[in-house]
Amino acid sequence: MARTDETHLDDLRDEYRDAGPQAPARPRRPRRRGDAELAAPLAPLEFARYCWRQLTSMRTALFLLMLLAVAAVPGSTFPQQNNDPAGVAQWVVDHPTAGPWVERLQGFHVYSSVWFSAIYLLLFISLVGCVLPRAGVHLKALRSRPPRTPARLERLPEHREAELAAAPGQVLEAARAVLAGRRFRTQARDGSVAAEKGHHRESGNLLFHLSLVGLLVAVASSSLFSYSGQRLVTVGGTMVGTTFDSFSGGVGTDQSDVPPFTLSLDAMDVSFEAQQTTQIGEPRSFAADVTLTDEPGAAPRRETIRVNHPAKVGHTQVSLSGNGYAPVIVVRDGAGNVVQDGPTPFLPQTANYDSTGVVKVPDALDAGGAPVQLALQGVFLPSATTDASGAPVSGFPDLANPVLVMQVWTGDLGLDDGVAQNVYTLETEGMRQVLDDQGRPVPLQLAPGQTVQLPDGLGSVTFERVERFASFDVRSTPGQSAALVFALLATAGLVMSLFLPRRRVWVKALPGAAGGSRVQVAGLARGNDAGLADEVDGVLARLRAAVGEPQRAPEPGPGPGESPPPPPVGDHEQPVHAPEERP
Amino acid sequence: MTVDENVAGISNVLLYGAMSAYLFSFIAYAGDLADGAKEIRARDARAAERAASTAALGGGGAGTATTTALREPLVRRRRAAAVGTSLFAVAALLHLGSVVTRGISVHRVPWGNMFEFALTGSLVVAVGYLVAVARAQRAGLGGGRDARYLGTFVAGPVLATLGIALRSFYVEAAQLVPALDSYWLIIHVFVAILATALSTLGFSATVLQLVQEKRDRVAAAGERAGGVFMDALPGSAELERTAFRLNAVAFVMWTFTLIAGAVWAQVAWNRYWNWDSKEVWTFVIWVVYACYLHARATRGWDGKRAAWLSVLAFACMLFNYLVVNIFFPGLHSYAGV
Ligand code: HEM
Repeated sequence: MARTDETHLDDLRDEYRDAGPQAPARPRRPRRRGDAELAAPLAPLEFARYCWRQLTSMRTALFLLMLLAVAAVPGSTFPQQNNDPAGVAQWVVDHPTAGPWVERLQGFHVYSSVWFSAIYLLLFISLVGCVLPRAGVHLKALRSRPPRTPARLERLPEHREAELAAAPGQVLEAARAVLAGRRFRTQARDGSVAAEKGHHRESGNLLFHLSLVGLLVAVASSSLFSYSGQRLVTVGGTMVGTTFDSFSGGVGTDQSDVPPFTLSLDAMDVSFEAQQTTQIGEPRSFAADVTLTDEPGAAPRRETIRVNHPAKVGHTQVSLSGNGYAPVIVVRDGAGNVVQDGPTPFLPQTANYDSTGVVKVPDALDAGGAPVQLALQGVFLPSATTDASGAPVSGFPDLANPVLVMQVWTGDLGLDDGVAQNVYTLETEGMRQVLDDQGRPVPLQLAPGQTVQLPDGLGSVTFERVERFASFDVRSTPGQSAALVFALLATAGLVMSLFLPRRRVWVKALPGAAGGSRVQVAGLARGNDAGLADEVDGVLARLRAAVGEPQRAPEPGPGPGESPPPPPVGDHEQPVHAPEERP
Repeated sequence: MTVDENVAGISNVLLYGAMSAYLFSFIAYAGDLADGAKEIRARDARAAERAASTAALGGGGAGTATTTALREPLVRRRRAAAVGTSLFAVAALLHLGSVVTRGISVHRVPWGNMFEFALTGSLVVAVGYLVAVARAQRAGLGGGRDARYLGTFVAGPVLATLGIALRSFYVEAAQLVPALDSYWLIIHVFVAILATALSTLGFSATVLQLVQEKRDRVAAAGERAGGVFMDALPGSAELERTAFRLNAVAFVMWTFTLIAGAVWAQVAWNRYWNWDSKEVWTFVIWVVYACYLHARATRGWDGKRAAWLSVLAFACMLFNYLVVNIFFPGLHSYAGV
C-alpha cells in the first residue's frame, strides 16, 4: 500500500474488517513521487483537501511536535521579559550587536512569539483534524461485532491446539462463556467464536489528545483573565488590595478585579543557618504574621503566610515573595525640623542581604531657611564586615552588626515635573554630591542609634533602628483548576492507551476423534502486548476446565519461545495474515 | 531540628562501602562477559568444523547452518556472574543504607539537592536491575533471558554516577531551604527520580537494541559481527519492546512530575507555570518522549528512528540534570553545588 502515514491500527482495522459493506474508498491524494500528478493544476478544493490531509497526517504531527521541542529551547537560553526583565535589559547591554536581533526575532518573549504560537496552533489544529475523525471511527468500532475468524489460525503469532473430549458445539459454548468471563466481547461464528477486548485503549488515546486541547484552552484562559500585583509592606504597615507597587493584568482584568482586602504585617520572622559551618547563612524559615480583612467591615483573621503556605482571599492567593530590611532613618533639616522619619525598605542584592536603598527628602530647609532638596543613597549591611579589598560588605544575612553606609546629594530631585519615579533609585542628574572640607564625598557610616551632622548646615541624619519588610505577591489565575482537571484526564487517557491491551482471540473447534473436537485458540494484539501469550494459554486452560478436561501443558502448537521469528522492527511489508508483528 | 552529623558520617561510610562493592561486582561481571565470549568463539569454531565436514560430505546449506549456530543460546555455568550478582546485591544494600541514614540524619526525604538526587536515583536503577535479574531467574534462565548479562552495563554506570556525584555535587547533609520545605518535595521529586531511573534503564535497552540491529545488519551482509557476547543477549526486537515498556512507564511518571511540579509552583511561587529554565527543559523532555511514542506509530519513523528519538530524549534529561541545574539561572536554583 502506498499510504505512508497511517498508524498500525488502521492496517489491522482494514485487514480484519468484518465482512460488510466496504468503507467508501478514500479519494487518493496525489503522491509525492507522482510529479506528473502534481504538475497538473489542482482544483482549489482539491488542493485545500490535499493541504488538510497533509496537515492532519501523523508525519506532520510528529514534525510539529519536534519543532515545538526545539522552539521551546531559546526561552531557557535567553532571559525572558515575563520573568526576568532586568536580565533582558542587561543582556541587551552586554550584546550590542546580537541584542536587537534577538529582540526583533522575539527571543525575549519566546512563549508569546509569533513563531512559537504558530507551531502550537498548527499542532493543535492538526490534532483536532486527526483525532475527531478517529473518534467517529472509534464510536462505530465500539458498536461493531468482533472481526471474522481468519481462515488459518495457525498463522497468527500466538496460537495453541488441543484435542478435547467434548463435542465442538459444547466446546464453543464453553469458549464463549470463558471469553465473556475474561471481559471479551464475543460472537459465535460458523464453527468458531470470535472475541475482542480493549477498545478503551483507543478511547484512552482519544481522551488523552482531546484533554490536551482542553488543557490548552484552560491555559489560554488563565493568561487572559489572570492578574498579579506586588506590594512591599514593612512590619507594622498595612496594604490594601487596591494599591500595588506593580500590577499586571490579562486582557480582561484590571486592578478593580482585586478584592478590597486589607493586610497588616504584624511580625516577620526569619531565620538563617548559624551553626553548621558549611551551610552558614542558608535560609531556614520565613514567616509573615499578618492580619487579613477580606473586605471592609469583615471580621479580621490572623494568618501566618510562609513560603509554600499562601493565604487566600476568595480566589485570590497572597504569597510571600520576598523579605528584607527597612532601616528607620530620621532626617532633620537645617532648621531643626524632622523632614523624614520612618522605615525605608532597602532591597537585598545578595544572599547575605547587602541591600541598596534611597531616601528622598523634597521639602527641607537649609540653615538659612531656604528650601533645599536632599537625597541619601547607599547600602544597608545587616552584618557588616570588610571584604578582601577592604570594602564594606555583609557577611551574614541576619542582624549581627547592622551598618548603614550612605552618600548625600542635594539639588533637584525631579519630583515636581510629574513623571513617576522609582522610589528605589536616585536620578543624580541635576544633583550634586555633598562634600566635606577636603572636597571628598561625605561618608555617612552609621550604626543603630547614631546620628551624623551634615556639612553646610544641611541638618542631621539619625539611624534609629531596623525593621523588616515582606513583599507579597497577590495573584488570581482563573482556569487553573480546569487546567489541572484536563491534565489529570490526559494522564488517565495516556495510561489507558499505553497499558490497556487490545486483544482479539479466536477459538475454533472442529470435529475430532471419537466424538471429541480439535480445538484451536489464537490471539492477536494491537500495539505492544507482553501478555498475549499468557492470555491465549489462560483461555485454553479455562476452556479445558469448563469442559471437564484434565489440565495438561498446552499441546502441539509452537510455544511462545518458538513462534515464527518476528520480522525485524520497521519492516512493513508483511504477509497478509501476519499484520501485527509487535505483540 | 538540627542535623545529626554522626548519622550523616555513617551514611558516607556506607556509600564508600557500596562503591567498593559495585567496583568488585563490575570486575566480576566483566570477567563473566569475557568468559562468555571465549566460549561462544569455541562453540562457533566447533560449528564451523561441523559445517565444513557436512560440506565435505556434499551437503548444501552450510551458510544457514552457521547462522543458526550463532544464534543458538549458550547454556553454561556462570560462576563469575553469580559472584558479580552477589556483590551487586551487597552493594545495593549498602547503598540503601547510605540513602536511609542520609535521610535520618536530616529528618527528611533524602532528595533535597543534586547529590542526594543522584544518590537516590542510582539506587532505584540498581534495585530495578536486581528485580529484572530476579524475574528472569524465575522465568527460567537461558534463551538470552538471563538479565545478568546486563550487570556490567549497570554496575559501571551506577558506580560512575556515584563517583561523579561525590566529586562534583557533594554537599554536607543539611536542612532544607524554606522553598523546598513542602510535602510536594516528597511527591514531585520522588516521581522525577523514578522517571529518570526508568528512562536510564530504557536508554540502556535502547543502546543494546541499536547495537543488536547493527550486528544483525553486519551479519546479514555475511560478515562477522563483533562483540560476540551480545549473542547471549535478547535480539533487537525484544530489546525494543523492553525499552518501550520502560520508556512508556517513565513517560507517564514524567507527565506526573510535570503536573505535580505545576501544582507545587502554584503554591510556592503563586503561579503554576513560569517558563523557568527547569520547567522549559522538563517540557522539552516530555515533548521529545511524546515524539518517540508518536514515531513508533508513524510509518517510516518506527524502529531505528524512534529509538534515536528516545536516545535524544534521554540526552535532554541528562542535559537538564547536569547543565540546566548548574548553569541556567532560574527559580529552581536548589542544586546546592
Ligand atoms: C499536542 C500534541 C500531541 C501530543 C503531546 C501527542 C502525544 C502523544 C502520545 C504521548 C502518544 C502515545 C500514547 C498513546 O498511544 O496515546 C500519542 C499517540 C497518538 N497520537 Fe498524538 N500527540 C499530539 C498530537 C497528535 C496529532 C496532531 C495527531 C494526528 C495527526 C496525533 C495522533 C496520534 C495517534 C493516532 C496516536 C496513537 C498511536 C498508536 O496507534 O498507538 N497526535 N500521541
